[in-house]
Amino acid sequence: MKTTRLIDLVPHIILIAGVLIFAYPIYVTLIGSTWDSGTIGRGGLPLWPGGQGMANYAQAWAGEAGDRAMYTPVRTMMLNSLVMALSIALGKIAISILSAYAVAFFRFPLRMAFFWLIFITLMLPVEVRIIPTYKVVADLGLINSYAGLAIPLIASATATLLFRQFFLTIPDELLEAAKIDGAGPVRFFIDVVLPLSRTNIAALFVILFIYGWNQYLWPLLVTSSGDMETIVTGITKMIGTGESANDWHIIMATTVLAMLPPVAVVVFMQRWFVKGLVDSEK
Amino acid sequence: MQRRVTFDNRLLPYLLLAPQVAVTLVFFIWPAAQAIWQSVHLQDAFGIRSEFVWFENFTHVLSDPNYLDTLKVTVVFSVAVTVLAMGVALLLAVLADSKIKGARAYKTLLIWPYALAPAVAAVLWMFIFNPDIGSFGRALRALGYDWDYRLNGGQALAMVIMAASWKQVSYNFIFFLAGLQAIPRSVMEAASIDGAGPVRRFLTITFPLLSPTTFFLLVVDMVYAFFETFGTIHALTQGGPGKATETLIFRVYQDGVVNNDLGGSSAQSVILMVIVIALTAVQFRFVERKVHYA
Repeated sequence: MKTTRLIDLVPHIILIAGVLIFAYPIYVTLIGSTWDSGTIGRGGLPLWPGGQGMANYAQAWAGEAGDRAMYTPVRTMMLNSLVMALSIALGKIAISILSAYAVAFFRFPLRMAFFWLIFITLMLPVEVRIIPTYKVVADLGLINSYAGLAIPLIASATATLLFRQFFLTIPDELLEAAKIDGAGPVRFFIDVVLPLSRTNIAALFVILFIYGWNQYLWPLLVTSSGDMETIVTGITKMIGTGESANDWHIIMATTVLAMLPPVAVVVFMQRWFVKGLVDSEK
Repeated sequence: MQRRVTFDNRLLPYLLLAPQVAVTLVFFIWPAAQAIWQSVHLQDAFGIRSEFVWFENFTHVLSDPNYLDTLKVTVVFSVAVTVLAMGVALLLAVLADSKIKGARAYKTLLIWPYALAPAVAAVLWMFIFNPDIGSFGRALRALGYDWDYRLNGGQALAMVIMAASWKQVSYNFIFFLAGLQAIPRSVMEAASIDGAGPVRRFLTITFPLLSPTTFFLLVVDMVYAFFETFGTIHALTQGGPGKATETLIFRVYQDGVVNNDLGGSSAQSVILMVIVIALTAVQFRFVERKVHYA
C-alpha cells in the first residue's frame, strides 16, 4: 500500500519541479526589483522582498537617472509597445478578415492569384528580408514612427487562412436568406459575418497581441531614438554588456513591467488563448 | 474551394483585398525580390554601381569557413532546442493529462511562459546564471567550477540553448496536451484490460497516435530555433564569445546591419528563404496527411 502511494507521488513531484523551473526566474526578478542595485550587484540577493520596491518602480516608470545612466522612462516604452502590439493585432485582424471575406464570398477574376499572393507571405518571415524591408521603410520615411513599427508586420497569411476556413463553414442558406431579404455584401458582413466571427477574433487577438508585444528584431532596426524605444528591446539596451555594475534594480523592475501585459492576457484569456493558438496553426 | 452561393459585385472584392495586397507587395514581395536581386549583384563601396555576378556571392558565402561554423552552431543549437523543448513538454503533458489532482492548476502554471518574449526569457536566465549577480552562476563558481558564459564558448552555447528551450516548452506543452486529449479513452482502457502497463501503453498507443502533433511541433520548433531566437542570442551573448553562439539569422543581421555587406547578407537571406520554404513545404505535406486521417 505504502509503495503505491509513493509511486503516485512521482508525477506530482515532476510536475511541481516543472512549475518551479518556470516560476523561479520570475520570482528572483520580482524579489530583485524590491532591492537596491548594490545588493543585487554584489550577488547577495536574498530570497525575500526588500523595501525598495515602490522607489524602484517609481524610478523606472518615470525614467529618472539611475546610479549610473539615464534611461528612457518605462511609461514611454510601455506606451510604444502597447501602440505597436495593438496596431499589429488589430491591423492584422482588420485586413485579414476583409481579404478573407473577399476570397470566400465573391467570385471574381484572379481570385486564386490573390489568394496565393497572400499565402506566400507565410514563407517570408521578417527575419529573412530584414535589410531590404528596412530600406523600403526608410525610403517611405517611416523610421522612428509607429507606422514603421507596425505596418510591415501586419500582413498575415495565417489570420487570412483562419478566417477563410471559418467563412467556408457559414451555411449557404444563410447567405441566400440574406440575399432574399435584400441585404448586400456590406450589410451581410456587418450584421452576420462579424457577429459570427466574434470568438475567432478574440482568440486571434490574444495570440497577435503577444506576437506584437514581443517583437524584437524589427523594433531594434527601425527605432533609433529613445522616445520610440519598445520595452523588450529597451531592457537589453539597459543591460548592455552585463557587467556587475549596472542599475539592476531598475532593470529588474522594468523586466517585471515588460512581462505584465502579455502574461496577464494569457492568464485571464486562457480559454481563447488556447483556442486561438491551436486553431491558427491548423 | 468555393462556396456555391456568392455575391455579385465587380469592384468590391478588389477593394476588400486592397489593404492586404498593398502591404504584401510593398513590405513582403518587393523586399524579397530585392534580396534576390542583390544576392546576384556586387555593389561598389558607395552603392552607386552594381554588377551582375551570377552566384559569386553564394559561393563566397558558402566557401567561407566562418559561415560553415555558423551553420554548425545553428544545427547544434536548433536540434538541441527542439529535442529539449519537446522532450520536457511531452513528459509534463503526459503527466498533466493523467487523472491527477490539480491537473487544471498545473496546466495554468505551465502555459504562461508562452507570453514571454525570447529576449525577456534570456534576461531572466541572465539574472540567475550571471557569474557576478546570479545565484546559480555564483553557486557554480563557489563549487570551484569555472563558470562564465561571457568568456567560455561552450558554456555560452549551453546557456542560449537552455534559455531558448525554456521559453518554448509551454508552446509544445499546449499542443501535446491537446493531442493527448484527442486520444480516445476506450483504446487506453482496452489496453489496460489486456494487461499493458503505463510504459507499454505509452510506447505502443500514445506515442504513435501523437505522431502528427510531434511532427508538426518538430517543424515549428525548428523554425522557432532558426528565427525567433534572435532575441535570445542578442540579449544574452551577442553571438559571442567569438562566434560561439552565432546562428545563421544572427549573422544576417551582423553582416547586413552592423558590417553593411549587402551582397553577402542578401545571399544569406536567400539561403534562409530556401530553408523556410522547405520547412513550410514539409509542414504542408503533413497537414494534408492530417486532413486525410480525419
